[in-house]
Amino acid sequence: MLNQNRSAGFLRRNRHLLYILPWLIGFLIFQAAPMLYSLICGFTDFNLFRGVSQTGMMNYVRIFEDSETMHSIGLTLKFAFLSVPLKIGAALLCAALLAKQLRGIRIFRTLYYLPSILGGSVAASVLWKAMFRDHGVVNAMLTALHLPVHSWLAEPHSAMWTIILLRVWEFGSPMLMLLAALQQIPQEYADAAALDGAGKLRTFFSVKLPMISPVLYYNLMLGFCAAMQEFNAPFVITDGGPRGATTLFSLLLYRSAFTANEMGYACALAWVLFLLSASVSAGFLLLRRRFVYDPDGEAKA
Amino acid sequence: MKRVRRERLLRMVILSAGAAVMIFPLLWLVSATFRSNSELFSDAGLFPRSVTFDGWRNAFASYGGQISLMKALRNTYMIALPKMLLTLISVTLTAYGFARFRFAGKRLLTALLFATVFLPQTVLYVPQFILFNRLGWIDSPHYLPLIVPAALAGDTVLVIMLIQFIRSIPRTYDEAARLDGCNSLQILWYILVPQLRPVLMSVGVLQLLWTVNDYMGPLLYVKTPARYPLSVYVKLSMDADSGFAWNRVLAVCCIAMLPQIILFFASQRSAAPESGGLKE
Repeated sequence: MLNQNRSAGFLRRNRHLLYILPWLIGFLIFQAAPMLYSLICGFTDFNLFRGVSQTGMMNYVRIFEDSETMHSIGLTLKFAFLSVPLKIGAALLCAALLAKQLRGIRIFRTLYYLPSILGGSVAASVLWKAMFRDHGVVNAMLTALHLPVHSWLAEPHSAMWTIILLRVWEFGSPMLMLLAALQQIPQEYADAAALDGAGKLRTFFSVKLPMISPVLYYNLMLGFCAAMQEFNAPFVITDGGPRGATTLFSLLLYRSAFTANEMGYACALAWVLFLLSASVSAGFLLLRRRFVYDPDGEAKA
Repeated sequence: MKRVRRERLLRMVILSAGAAVMIFPLLWLVSATFRSNSELFSDAGLFPRSVTFDGWRNAFASYGGQISLMKALRNTYMIALPKMLLTLISVTLTAYGFARFRFAGKRLLTALLFATVFLPQTVLYVPQFILFNRLGWIDSPHYLPLIVPAALAGDTVLVIMLIQFIRSIPRTYDEAARLDGCNSLQILWYILVPQLRPVLMSVGVLQLLWTVNDYMGPLLYVKTPARYPLSVYVKLSMDADSGFAWNRVLAVCCIAMLPQIILFFASQRSAAPESGGLKE
């Protein structure tokens, strides 16, 4: 009786739990359970057709012994650490240039933003492939300018850079966020810095940049998260080639799981990717306290 | 004064040059669809020497399977529209719950909510595939594996975005409505949702864009060619034609991008999506 009352009381006190119930159910079924399952699965050699026949650490041993996998981890980190800073840097530069009152600012904003809504699509990757193939328009332009042509997609280095370029092309959406943040900085701050004798560049780096650092940080972090799981561009443009030079981690994962049907090995790979992105995120969180401006902290002090 | 003008000029020049580079691929895409295949790559300019509509005509022709461009376009929106609608509902309810109420375990649940933002979807593909395989959802005619997780507020970035906006609305509104006899659901619907309309708009647009651009999801969960969405069709078209009919492939790409561009300009007119996620 008492117990019943207590549980009825719990339900009454927590009836607003109902609002988050859809999310909670989805989280448990589609995120928590699969993560747990893949943790267990990673210690088996589960195959969709053959089932499980062996268990143990062998998947993880194989990951760290397989030079192809280690190479792919290196490539993924290289891709993330090149494409994201370049993208955010371009976004910051354009946001800084656009932050002034300027004629035609709306047109520029639109033109810069447009690629960022299209770039993630398969169509944009196909377009990239058409532009950078050996007989593509980029080489046609180089020929017209009497410059040497280059096999952009057939050469390991430039294939990677071609994909990075596609992702940098999408800098419009972080640019808009940074622009909004820059425009919210009161003019008095810049005026005060100018009175103290700071030049334009100095004002930007010492006053404005710290003030927009939360937005910058947010975009860098989300950018890394997205870059670590890049799939569309290397899959469509280079199919991981040439000679594995653009086989990013998610491509490797896809092939192990759905081409080779080695689900157990793929689960182990997925956990390695998870730990890798988690440690990158953790690194970011550590940097946050140091480099990110916290308006609440200042109010308290 | 002269220095200011020179600086402004310099700024204009840099921005214009940047804009030209940014927009060039799209302009070239459009011009390429009107060229013949022999001319397509030999010419570096933007204007076709001889205009042909072959690319566009062939784009609508079938490759001889059960799937065609228009069908794929329809399939894409068969996924995207219900997904967007259900996302809006579930995300709003979840954000409301987190932003306005106390309940047991809220701290832990909030931490989990934020953590899932950084949980890569790629990590989940393999175990989710096994799960959906067990449930018999692979190749479901209603695209269940693509829609159901999002319908249960699975895209937590959107929840967090909305939480911030709800928190910025003063609770005094809620109190006043409660005194007038509104229950909590009525407060959400009559008081908060009208104020959240611009944010909800960007949530919907974002989810729509993500879904239309998504390729790996349909690649895994849609097996019957007649059910392929546009992203899979575009890749299919490239694989079938590359090497000889690029104008056709690029026309398909053009059509694939068109709805997003229309959506972009439409949403710009009604609400500024750029204010999304940031206004405190």
